[in-house]
Amino acid sequence: MAILDVRNLTVDFQLDDGGTLRAVDGTSFTIDTGEVLGLVGESGSGKSVTALSIMRLLDSQAEITAGQILFDGEDLAEKSEAEMRTIRGRRIGMIFQEPMTSLNPAYTVGDQVSEVFRHHLHMGFGESKARAIEMLQRVKIPRAKETYGKFPHEFSGGMRQRVMIAIALACGPDLLIADEPTTALDVTIQAQVLSVIQDLQHDMGLALLFISHDLEVVAQLCDKVAVMYGARIMEISESTELFTSPRHPYTDGLLRSIPRRGQPLTPIAGTIFDLRTPPDGCRFHPRCPYAEDRCRRETPVLRVLEPAAANADTNDRRQAACHFPLPGTSGAGERKA
Amino acid sequence: MSEAVVSQAPPAPANAYVAAWRMVRDVIVNDRKAKIGASMLAFLVIVAIIGPYVAPHNVELPNTDIRLTGPTLLNIMGTDHIGRDLFSRIISGLTVSLMVATGAVVIAVIIGVPLGAFSGYQGGWVDTVIMRIMDAIIAMPGRLLAIALVAAIGPSVGALWFAISFGSIPRYARLIRGGVLAQREREYVEAARAIGEGSGSTLFRYVLPNAMAPVLVQITLNFPSAITAEASLSFLGLGLVPPTISWGQMLSAAQPYLEVAPWLAIFPGLALTALIMGFVLLGDALRDHLDPRYHGRRRKQKKGSA
Amino acid sequence: MLIRYSIRRALETIPTLFIISVIVFSLVLLIPGDRVLVMLGYSGGDIADVISPEVYKAMEIRLGVHDPIPVQYMRWLSRALQGDLGTSALHSIPVIEIILGRLPATLYLAFASIILGAVIAIPLGVAAAVRQDTWVDKLANGVVLFGLVTPGFWVALMLVLLFGVYLGWLPTIGYSAPQDDFVEFVRHITLPAVVLGLDFAANVIRFIRTDFLEQMREDYVRTARAKGLSERVVIWKHIFKNSMLATVTVLGFDISRLLGGSTVIETLFAYPGISFLLIQSIFNRDFATVQGVVLFLALLVIFMNYLADILYALLNPRIRYE
Repeated sequence: MAILDVRNLTVDFQLDDGGTLRAVDGTSFTIDTGEVLGLVGESGSGKSVTALSIMRLLDSQAEITAGQILFDGEDLAEKSEAEMRTIRGRRIGMIFQEPMTSLNPAYTVGDQVSEVFRHHLHMGFGESKARAIEMLQRVKIPRAKETYGKFPHEFSGGMRQRVMIAIALACGPDLLIADEPTTALDVTIQAQVLSVIQDLQHDMGLALLFISHDLEVVAQLCDKVAVMYGARIMEISESTELFTSPRHPYTDGLLRSIPRRGQPLTPIAGTIFDLRTPPDGCRFHPRCPYAEDRCRRETPVLRVLEPAAANADTNDRRQAACHFPLPGTSGAGERKA
Repeated sequence: MSEAVVSQAPPAPANAYVAAWRMVRDVIVNDRKAKIGASMLAFLVIVAIIGPYVAPHNVELPNTDIRLTGPTLLNIMGTDHIGRDLFSRIISGLTVSLMVATGAVVIAVIIGVPLGAFSGYQGGWVDTVIMRIMDAIIAMPGRLLAIALVAAIGPSVGALWFAISFGSIPRYARLIRGGVLAQREREYVEAARAIGEGSGSTLFRYVLPNAMAPVLVQITLNFPSAITAEASLSFLGLGLVPPTISWGQMLSAAQPYLEVAPWLAIFPGLALTALIMGFVLLGDALRDHLDPRYHGRRRKQKKGSA
Repeated sequence: MLIRYSIRRALETIPTLFIISVIVFSLVLLIPGDRVLVMLGYSGGDIADVISPEVYKAMEIRLGVHDPIPVQYMRWLSRALQGDLGTSALHSIPVIEIILGRLPATLYLAFASIILGAVIAIPLGVAAAVRQDTWVDKLANGVVLFGLVTPGFWVALMLVLLFGVYLGWLPTIGYSAPQDDFVEFVRHITLPAVVLGLDFAANVIRFIRTDFLEQMREDYVRTARAKGLSERVVIWKHIFKNSMLATVTVLGFDISRLLGGSTVIETLFAYPGISFLLIQSIFNRDFATVQGVVLFLALLVIFMNYLADILYALLNPRIRYE
């Protein structure tokens, strides 16, 4: 049962010089209840904009120009601001990349957590405080009661991020969006925060949209992975399959570019194109080692390739946007030999 | 390698002065606010220069027949309590205002800039002491200080210049000192590349041109307070006194006649406002353009596209 | 902790206070003529007629004019620290008494101006930031420009013209203590407070609008919105608390200007505050009072700045827990 069904989402930005930049171009994916979808890609690929679009937290220069964002059957793209406010923090929670600056420095940590209880669940001061302390304990913050009265600047990045998680999950939402939550943290802290997210996701049966450019983290955490490049989704696969046998050349390139000890570095050739002037046809073709003429002329559509398992549900089949996807383990690719 | 070092060196002094002037010119041409301000100032300066020669009436000649008359064709701003033409007196007052304000600003720059340079160059306890004194001067209300100084020395143009400039000296000193300190840091870094220079005069030669633009901005912003200071002091009777004509003094003299001859208070005030406005508009525009965040702020902020 | 911070800041002001005292002391040295006569308030005519040799001698000893300057300074300073600022040549009362007598009026005016200014400026500044490029923003710009370019005393005269002369609603000079007749007190303080308040407001609007605009870009605002809070709560609870810190800072700077600029306004309205006392004493050649007032006002400003500092620390948890 898809709790989130994004269909053909297109987001445009108005530039100062009058031009338009298409940050998200016709992306589609789904997340089932309790499922963890990883969204990976380089900077500028459109991951964060996609996340912000779901929450409708985009800046005024950005606009959803096409597509639907179906959350539990309702199109969030059509909702009014007032309606969105009943959803944000209550049915969808979001955590961001910069824990150091995401909390209000002027209020205590506890107040910022209990605020959510008071606002959405209309609890009184005492009850919301108790629930907030509970929440802080759930995200494994030591001495939660004392922590309640302290200010953000008294905490490290890892701790602040846990507070953010507590805030996002306080009202028991159906979906959590995590936009690069551990990118700004030290490696050892990353593991701790990720484990908190993972545990809570299991306990609460949350659907989770996990955005990152760190493939290894995504591999551990996610059931499904979507790969974005240049405002488009290139591939969506089940997690293990994606990493063992990628179908899209870009995914393949990404995996190869992860540094491995004892092996030479193999980055993807070239650099990403200017988003204001995307290339014709397949966006990846200028950098793709397998590019052919058709790739330059015709834009490939994200489509389902042969099923991952015989009795799979439609949503679980692997999808790639490529004219000549790589073989994959089943060996039945359409590549010319 | 030596080319790289040379190309990183600060611009030669002469070009930097020209560059600063060009920047000002660019701002004036492109920014509407600056254009208005600069035009007002240009107009007023011209009036100040040629005014006394083309003013319609003698500023001192009393004419009891036309005392306290409102604006007419003959006296376009009316007359005062002894029949003197207000318009001509206002033109005179303009020259005086500009003269006092300019003198005060010039003195503040002449004292402040070398003081700041010296303080920054010396470093150590000399620097600390000088900066502490600067801090103390800034901490005192400028107007109060000026009043006290004029009260002590006695009313004269020289006293006014000194009294008004005194409170502004720290601003220039700090500005230049900051530039010197920044330059010294660069010197240490570049010392490894053995430029071979680094004496005090070089410091000064490089610092000064680079600091030109902020100092210029400070000067344009300094004028409004200097003008207001002189006007206030003259209004209080502590500044320029008759027979010298000053707008502040005119406003003070207008008080008893407020009911019967309001124009005596309205026009000198408007003149003051116009003069101040020219500097404020120009100074604000210059300061905005110097602020590196200005150009980013003018666009509505865009979140990253990642 | 706050107490430790307060003590530390207090100690830090001592060098400044010291330098200011030196400056104020030196002021009298600048006065041309025989200093003994100056301090006696002598203003012309034959000495023998006006001042008896005993009086002259007494002042000469008190000032210690033949001692080296640093000694004179120390003597003056130690007296001042004990509250002895000399005796007014005009009124023959201790200077400190006169000053303290006038202090309440000045403080009332300062607070009234600040409150008036803040009440106008804070909502206007916030609104201008939140609704950029609308009429509110333009209005705010107008107020700021007006406050910056118009000389305060001219605005005062224009207000006197309008409200005092033409409309006759408000008195233009004088004062009434609040405990004597509160209504009269309010009527007399209105015009001067409006003038000073307008000047103060111009600065506050500028500052708050800039700061608010910057705060609005901060990440915590995004978090607040992601919680589903209403825009009003985001602005007035989350952003405003942070901007209030900025406002307090402006307050700190502006106290100095307010107390300095109030000289002209108090004089114009014949409002019996300390600044007006200063002018009166200058014209009366009562230099003992002049010196006393300058010192007192300068110290008052430093003290106000210090209070603003402490208030800021109180509001900003980061500083407090350092």
